[in-house]
Amino acid sequence: MHGLKKLLKSNYLFTLGVIICLAWILAAILAPVIAPYDPIVQDLGVRLNPPSGDHWFGTDNFGRDIFSRVIYGGRYSLLAGVVTVILSGIIGTFYGAIAGYVGGMVDNVMMRFSEMILSFPSLVLAMIINAVLGSDLFNTLFALVIVSWPTYARLMRSVVLSVKENEYVTASIALGASRMRVLMKEIIPNSINSVLIMATTDIGNKILMFSTLSFLGLGSAPPTPEWGMMVSDGADYFNKFWIAGFPGLAIFTMAVGANFIGDGLRDLLDPKLRKEF
Amino acid sequence: MAGNEKEVLMKADHVKVYFKGKNKKSGTVKAVDDVSFEILKGETFGVVGESGCGKSTLGRTLIRLLDATEGSIYFHGQDISSLKGNDLKEMRKKAQIIFQDPSACLNPRRNLKQILMEPFEIHNLKGKVDVEARIHELLTLVGLDDYHLSRYPHELSGGQKQRVGIARALALEPEIIICDEAVSALDVSVQAQVLNLLQELKEKLGLTYFFISHNLNVVYQVSDRVGVMYLGNMVEIASYDKLYEKRYHPYTEALLSAIPQVDQNAQGERIRLEGEVPNPSNPPSGCRFHTRCPKACDRCMAERPVLKEIAEGHFVACHLYDRED
Repeated sequence: MHGLKKLLKSNYLFTLGVIICLAWILAAILAPVIAPYDPIVQDLGVRLNPPSGDHWFGTDNFGRDIFSRVIYGGRYSLLAGVVTVILSGIIGTFYGAIAGYVGGMVDNVMMRFSEMILSFPSLVLAMIINAVLGSDLFNTLFALVIVSWPTYARLMRSVVLSVKENEYVTASIALGASRMRVLMKEIIPNSINSVLIMATTDIGNKILMFSTLSFLGLGSAPPTPEWGMMVSDGADYFNKFWIAGFPGLAIFTMAVGANFIGDGLRDLLDPKLRKEF
Repeated sequence: MAGNEKEVLMKADHVKVYFKGKNKKSGTVKAVDDVSFEILKGETFGVVGESGCGKSTLGRTLIRLLDATEGSIYFHGQDISSLKGNDLKEMRKKAQIIFQDPSACLNPRRNLKQILMEPFEIHNLKGKVDVEARIHELLTLVGLDDYHLSRYPHELSGGQKQRVGIARALALEPEIIICDEAVSALDVSVQAQVLNLLQELKEKLGLTYFFISHNLNVVYQVSDRVGVMYLGNMVEIASYDKLYEKRYHPYTEALLSAIPQVDQNAQGERIRLEGEVPNPSNPPSGCRFHTRCPKACDRCMAERPVLKEIAEGHFVACHLYDRED
């Protein structure tokens, strides 16, 4: 906790990232209070209006207020981005760490299983899972986690394979540490870096993937505001920049904010980098 | 063993450590092949040999960081080669290791306090021992200060890191410590400091060392007895003084002639060995050394010599001294 405070004070990009992400999360939670209009109700009288005092971000082809839709849209997009990345990151980290550390036959079986999932195009697999389980928000998130954890597992395993050869691991074993302890205290903390970096860049990816699923009729259905869907809707109105522009900006800022947080966390976890700021 | 007044602390009995290759072609590497010896309580048993002769493998096998393929290791007369679970954990308290590379042997993510706390956490001693006081004591023993506790490994010098490694090894009050090239990665002045520290600790705490090094001078300086290894075999074991006076095995002779002397006149003729160390996955028949031995005979090619006591406390595995009478 103390380290976190210090980090907030000294690493401006990390602080900026936290502010951006918190702002989006708060906006999503407080959407009914903040949003001036209902995000779903259409008002054809004001369709395709550019940004103005009444409609800060303009209106779309059904006359819906884009600002309200972006605020509400965060509810789905953030959930899709953050929750799937955190869940698949955690699953992948432990799975990969165990496979890499135990090695041998266990490693073989575990990695072949994860490759089985990777061998499907992730979008198609997500669609299949969704189609089988029924299409709702929860199942879509579940499908996204299923298709994305193996990438984390592979990354983690490759790092663990080199980390476990370090002498401090041997030293810990020589002291009598159990396998579990070695894994949790020595191996995972020293291997987590790259997973953390990947996770933060992955948040933007996952938001877009969720949008793609929504676009294909899985995940969130059309009237529901969702950033990725809004961008793809706006693509039809090429000369009305605000329709796709503002939700696109939302995805962009969220992804950048997450990246800043990831970099900051990496510095926080690595004592060698901690000194420098 | 000559003059049986000292207790045998550790005994290796026909220990073999083989590493199986990934495929059939690469074969089995016989890193340690049929080695037997005893380590006496309170002595420093030095091991010398070229790179890849199996010194480190042997050291790690002694404290069960590697499992022996065959043979047994006795610690206090108890066979430790098949210990499991809690018994193994108890054994680990008494046998510790100091590593070669001080920067690799400390977890970069943890500060010294966390590193030194680890042994106590692992053995659940936090309530039973005054850990804070003990850590302070350890730091004082190895010549570090309390303010170092909040430091991370990368903030320390090589010598300091090695001291931390030693402190950690001492934490559980071990009886034997394997020093696996413990000073090789340090520069010469720091080497001397750490060697002196090890010597001091040995006297203070009654430790036994199994001291692995490729640096003959270092082994000479610290060891009571020296074992010479070649290609997985122990070829000669003798006390420091005896080995200095008379070495029997041709390999030991060649090895020791390579020590540079300050006095030019004292430098004897350098015995140069021909060829390379043979591949340990396909070692020569008979005596492992016959391919490079200047005194090899037919018998060396066919029959493997065993370690025999040819003078008091002086063991040699060589057919030259194997008179059957």
